[in-house]
Amino acid sequence: MPSAPTGRRPHLLRGSCAVAAAGLLTLTSACAGGGGEEEVTSLTAMDYNLAEPQNGTTQKMLDECGRQAGVEIKRDAQPRDQLMPRLLQSASQQKLPDLMLLDNPNLPQMAATGALLPLDEAGFDTDGYYPSVLEVGTHQDTLYGIAPGVNGLALFTNTAMLDEAGVEPPRTWKELRDTAGELTRGETKGLAFSAIGHEEGTWTFEPFLWSNGATLTELDSPEAVEALELWSDLVEEGSVSQSAVNWSQADVNDQFLGERAAMMINGSWQLPVLDEEGAEYDVVPLPVPEAGAAPATPMGGEVWAVARNGGEREKKSVEVLQCLLSDENMREWAELNAYVPAKEEAARQLAEDDPQMAPFVESVPTARSRTARLGEDYPDVSAAIADAVQEALAGSGSAEDALAKAQKSVPES
Amino acid sequence: MLARVGFLAPIVCYLAVFFGYPLAANFTMALREYSAASFYTGEAPFVGLANYAAVLSDPVFGTAMANTAVFTAASLAFQFGIGLALAVFFQRHFPLNGVLRSLLLIPWLLPLVVSGTVWRWIFDQEYGVLNQTLLGLGVIDSAVPWLSSTAMALPSVTVANIWVGIPFNMVILYGGLQGIPTQLYEAAALDGAGPWQRFRHVTWPLLRPVSAVVLMLGLVYTLKVFDVIMVLTQGGPANATQTLTTWSYSLSFGELDFGLGAAVGNLLILIALVFAVFYLRGLRTSGAAPGTKGGR
Repeated sequence: MPSAPTGRRPHLLRGSCAVAAAGLLTLTSACAGGGGEEEVTSLTAMDYNLAEPQNGTTQKMLDECGRQAGVEIKRDAQPRDQLMPRLLQSASQQKLPDLMLLDNPNLPQMAATGALLPLDEAGFDTDGYYPSVLEVGTHQDTLYGIAPGVNGLALFTNTAMLDEAGVEPPRTWKELRDTAGELTRGETKGLAFSAIGHEEGTWTFEPFLWSNGATLTELDSPEAVEALELWSDLVEEGSVSQSAVNWSQADVNDQFLGERAAMMINGSWQLPVLDEEGAEYDVVPLPVPEAGAAPATPMGGEVWAVARNGGEREKKSVEVLQCLLSDENMREWAELNAYVPAKEEAARQLAEDDPQMAPFVESVPTARSRTARLGEDYPDVSAAIADAVQEALAGSGSAEDALAKAQKSVPES
Repeated sequence: MLARVGFLAPIVCYLAVFFGYPLAANFTMALREYSAASFYTGEAPFVGLANYAAVLSDPVFGTAMANTAVFTAASLAFQFGIGLALAVFFQRHFPLNGVLRSLLLIPWLLPLVVSGTVWRWIFDQEYGVLNQTLLGLGVIDSAVPWLSSTAMALPSVTVANIWVGIPFNMVILYGGLQGIPTQLYEAAALDGAGPWQRFRHVTWPLLRPVSAVVLMLGLVYTLKVFDVIMVLTQGGPANATQTLTTWSYSLSFGELDFGLGAAVGNLLILIALVFAVFYLRGLRTSGAAPGTKGGR
């Protein structure tokens, strides 16, 4: 092939490319224009409530609250693992949704971008909320997110199996080991929990870590090692399947429903699923190291946050948020998901009406924020803890070595 | 002159926008501290090679490199070996040859998420069909934790990936075999060559260019395998099946540290490039030989 005169070709090409690019730019800027101080008639919202009935209810509540505030709300529901990448993408175009429902450990990262509206500054009324609930929505002493309801972990037991074996639900670690061993028969394991290699596994392990007095910043402490040894002993003794390292919490629930585990550690949101399947079960607080020790469960659940999208939009968004968190909506949301309402009064009421929820309600005042100490570094440390747990359960490494390795990911402060 | 530019411009623009720009962006991203906040503020401080240093000194790096190497080498060797054996087998004429050959294509047609889920089921420690069968036959005395032990997870994931890749190898190699003139086999047979010698001295040398393409494509496909691992183990337990691809993903989208993720991604590109250079050089030297064929 004869070569073209090399001197001019690239230059011309660059020219034609630039023309095309310029065309594109004009198009996009034409679309992006507008905004300003005009009257706000529509807001945007993003969440990950894709499963029914949460999906329909979220839509209904947003529609209703939008109507009351005189705006139309365009909702975008994403798969759970796509939510943060999508939000970051829209943040890079300065087009964050006005309202977003985030999993609470992700809040500090979002807040650290500076894109979220401080809610106390916006005059959001926080009367009646559990202080612990407000803490998970707080980043560097500023409230950015507020939960409609929270969830936590508890021990679920198969009543028939426990009766048959003649054992009581365990309350201490020792009882947990003994009971789990006793309940392990043939195809059925005594206990199931999620030790999967990401946040779900970490958060299941945290109550053990914390109730033994360990912290997320000193992972190699003897207390932390002891907690992990409890888990690896349970697996070694055969009371928990080693497959736990690949189980999500939904998988754990399936094991329990399929009567392949007599007990499980899981969240309150499984209650509706279990009821729908007609399972006979009981719920008790998670076992603690010694009788009488204080339980410490991580606070789970999502928080609503508002983007800094300018005066009028922010005002409308806060208005919608107040409505989403009205007592009535909070109650409906809590019942639907088996979450604990974020306001003490409503939660107490729920515990009276529904005894299955009582252990979860009980745990809320002492439930801990996972991100309180680590803030935006939490995901990093969480991943390291999940790795350590997996290494101790599935590998040849000891709990001590595994946690010593995890400690390296804790930022020095 | 203008016409020439006009013809070239679309492809050059396309390449620049869809290949050049992302590559360059990935390259510069790896030199910056690109956190969640960077997306909103647009500020990503330049940190030079700090991301690479962090990646290289991370203990996961060694694991991921070794896993990638083992996973890729084992996948390629077995996919190619079994694919070639099947291709040679299907060269013979026998009833239902075509039907069987199309059935073997099924792994290729299934979405990877589906086959991954099925393999996850097969490998299940307690209820998986593999353990049930082996226990029933008395081959093992206790259930093997195929996916839930750090020792077994990588071999298990590799087996699943080999299964996925066999049809592709078989189809291309079978096509290559069709291009070898039958007279050569007849001549070799007349000279007294047995089946092994016919394979060794006729099939193998004439199949070389096709083999090179299959292996090169296989290498690229295997280096970037993501879905199979993600569905089966998500890189776990304890990074036992973490490859550069899954690690890059979890750094970027799990820990939201896009600078580190980009650095790992660039290392992956670099590795693929090294092999690509070998391939291109190999092609140039064998291009002169009369090996390339279209099957007259």
